[in-house]
Amino acid sequence: MCLAIPGEIIEIVGEDPLTRMARISFGGVVREASLAYVPEAKPGDYVLVHAGFALQTVDEEEARRTLELFEQLGGAGEEGAQ
Amino acid sequence: MKHLDEYRDAGRARALAGAIARAVTRPWRIMEICGGQTHAILRFGLDQLLPPGLDLVHGPGCPVCVTPLELIDRAIELACMPGVVLASFGDMLRVPGSRTDLLAARARGATVAMVYSPLDAVRMAEEKQDQQIVFFAVGFETTVPGVALAVREARRRGLRNFSILSAHVLVPPALRAILGSPSSRIQGVLAAGHVCTVEGYEDYEPLAREFGVPVVVTGFEPVDLLQGILMCVQQLEQGRAVVENQYSRAVRREGNLAAKALVREMFEPLDRKWRGIGVIPLSGLALRRAWQEFDAERRFALPPAEVEEPAACISGLVLQGAKKPTECPEFGRGCTPERPLGAPMVSSEGACAAYYRYSRGHV
Repeated sequence: MCLAIPGEIIEIVGEDPLTRMARISFGGVVREASLAYVPEAKPGDYVLVHAGFALQTVDEEEARRTLELFEQLGGAGEEGAQ
Repeated sequence: MKHLDEYRDAGRARALAGAIARAVTRPWRIMEICGGQTHAILRFGLDQLLPPGLDLVHGPGCPVCVTPLELIDRAIELACMPGVVLASFGDMLRVPGSRTDLLAARARGATVAMVYSPLDAVRMAEEKQDQQIVFFAVGFETTVPGVALAVREARRRGLRNFSILSAHVLVPPALRAILGSPSSRIQGVLAAGHVCTVEGYEDYEPLAREFGVPVVVTGFEPVDLLQGILMCVQQLEQGRAVVENQYSRAVRREGNLAAKALVREMFEPLDRKWRGIGVIPLSGLALRRAWQEFDAERRFALPPAEVEEPAACISGLVLQGAKKPTECPEFGRGCTPERPLGAPMVSSEGACAAYYRYSRGHV
């Protein structure tokens, strides 16, 4: 039940911070979710959505750094196997 | 899908599994807190990629599983009252109470509605002003901000027919109870990334220090989980015990401040009974006095009740990582997803359901 899914904000519906909602695409499936807890989020951002609420904006820079770490590890793995 | 497929990449998973195998020099036992993580581990076969002696045990992070029988019975009682609609997430509906479950109660005439978001229940209250809508608020820290906003929205819209039955629970007090148990053999912990998106991970820092147990905040995809395991194993091998954050793309140390602020304004901690485990001090959340008009237990003046778990179910031991589901004599025999003895066999986050579904130790 604590699953949260990353989706891309397509469009923001309403600017009232209390009821700010967005149309969010999850790999093409579009649902509405509340942006009340990510007031800074804008179209094009990825947010983690749980039970109809975006709980956090995905940090692109941190995502890139994590993936770079995997790449280094991949290299190290191949060296270790030789 | 962006921010998803990258973390399901088989090459990356193999590289991480190799790194884990190289890092491990002796047996270790690590607990993943969240049932969503347990399911991902079994679904993607990550347990089978780990070196022998590195044992993953499963934690209490299945909110439906730890909701006490009394509260489920109470929800069923409310659903059976004339003029009351009991709304809840789908995962809650098949969990057995002491006599029946919500779906079976619905088949016999109780009014039970499945919702995707707590805001759906508020909308329902607005549309059905002649009925009382009670939202069965189940979930860890991840779910509470949505419920808080739903209650605030109900007040803003002047709805007098909306209330919540709070079964909310908190991870750090439960982790303290598990690690502090004299029989605990947990050496490292993978904290649940999504709980930490809301609450951050400052509360885990004293636990890591006090119990000498490394804690790694970890995501839910296979590559996330393997990296979390690697980071945990590296700490164990180096004799360190601090909180590290594998899931940095989604979790900040302080969490989501706006969400935390509203949750603290509206809810206060209270002692809560966990199904199969017992009462854990200050591990639940109830609405504060200023919001109690939305508390279903007050609105409907429900009397206190005490119910015992069926003796054959060992879910309490499974939820504390003391036993694996397959160590239960009833697993796959007297207890299946079709005829469950306990909640972990029916919930989509229950460890027993994961073992059953992904064929570990089938009989």
